[in-house]
Amino acid sequence: MERKIRVLVAKPGLDGHDRGAKVVARALRDAGMEVIYTGLHQTAEMVVETAIQEDVDVIGLSLLSGAHMTLFVDVTKLLKEKGMDNVLVVGGGIIPEEDAPKLKKAGVAGIFGPGTHCDVIVKFIKKNVKR
Amino acid sequence: MKDIAEKVLKGEPRAIARLITLAENNELEAAKAMKVIHPKTGNAHVIGITGVMGSGKSTLIYELTREYRKKGLKVGIIAIDPTSPFSGGALLGDRIRMMELATDDGVFIRSMGTRGMLGGLTSAVYDVVEILDASGKDIVLVETVGVGQAEVDVIKLADTTIVVLVPGLGDAIQTIKAGIMEIADIYVVNKADRSGVEQTVAEIESLVDIACSGKDRKIPVLTTVAKENKGTVELVDEIEDHKNYLRKTKMFDVQRRKRYEAELVEIIRKRLMNFIFDESTFKGKVESLIDQISKKEVDPYSAADEILGKILK
Repeated sequence: MERKIRVLVAKPGLDGHDRGAKVVARALRDAGMEVIYTGLHQTAEMVVETAIQEDVDVIGLSLLSGAHMTLFVDVTKLLKEKGMDNVLVVGGGIIPEEDAPKLKKAGVAGIFGPGTHCDVIVKFIKKNVKR
Repeated sequence: MKDIAEKVLKGEPRAIARLITLAENNELEAAKAMKVIHPKTGNAHVIGITGVMGSGKSTLIYELTREYRKKGLKVGIIAIDPTSPFSGGALLGDRIRMMELATDDGVFIRSMGTRGMLGGLTSAVYDVVEILDASGKDIVLVETVGVGQAEVDVIKLADTTIVVLVPGLGDAIQTIKAGIMEIADIYVVNKADRSGVEQTVAEIESLVDIACSGKDRKIPVLTTVAKENKGTVELVDEIEDHKNYLRKTKMFDVQRRKRYEAELVEIIRKRLMNFIFDESTFKGKVESLIDQISKKEVDPYSAADEILGKILK
């Protein structure tokens, strides 16, 4: 039987703009993935604990408030601490170009800004999922 | 794989999560681990929560869990949402109502897609109940998909089945008398701050009066406003009463036997279907038979005989 890719879509921090996250969640669903959607205002601890319990292959973080350098990095740090190295982390939202390399270095494998076609995200996940 | 079973028995979240994934994917390692943990199961009280979509099942589970945590009990939650019959994907959103529980180490929540099952549950749910039970959870709450009338498989699984309704279903209540209106051990009318609650309660109570006449237990009808945490303490008490009733009347063993029967049938069904539809030798045969049926070269019954003849000989 084909293994289903499980993805956690989360919105960390104080940012109520969830349309993008919902569109992506639906696109991943339509691509045959199981998407766990947590809603707004997540802390890094909540994201990582949820990822552990749901045994996800991918975490998709969405943030439009500008706090991505703190919140995305908090998540990747905590994942490493918990030994969850095999989880693919991707991010989306309003991310300035100059931040992308720093985020990649911190463990956010893919950054997808406004205007990204959903197919691009689906393909990226299918290609880079680690197990 | 003995390793993962031992970690599950110690309650380690990552091992619990991984074993659930293995069970969902029908991996061989899962079966091996399940053999180790089965003797350690049977302690958790399994509560099934079912009802129409939007009736507030997730919020009710959140409030129930908070009550159980106040009593120091550990809680496992299985939240099931539908899998798309088209893409095979799913959007599992029950956790949204429960996020405050995410960092409580006495609570383990798992979201699952139905993956083709039609009874309101998912095929691996029996395994997941055993896994959470073996990991030391005192209570296991199972949230079915939002149901219509006939998704009643939860009664095979749960020790206590709660049917959640909302005011304003009106005549719908009459039409759903068969099916989900037959399976409750406890009725909850949630969103009881809405108008029409008295009528809904009265209709259910008249149903209960007929259904329970001459029986030693009358099915309680409770009202709750889950999002304001009204009525959940009373619901916890009713669940406890039902549990005591099951123990006193020996119905408990009957109920558990029903669950193991359903689990056994499900395992056999799954293995047989995998054997027929995924094993390389059969898969080609099945495909060519479907072609022949389409062309009217063979009828579906003869085709089934041909497949089953190879297995049952």
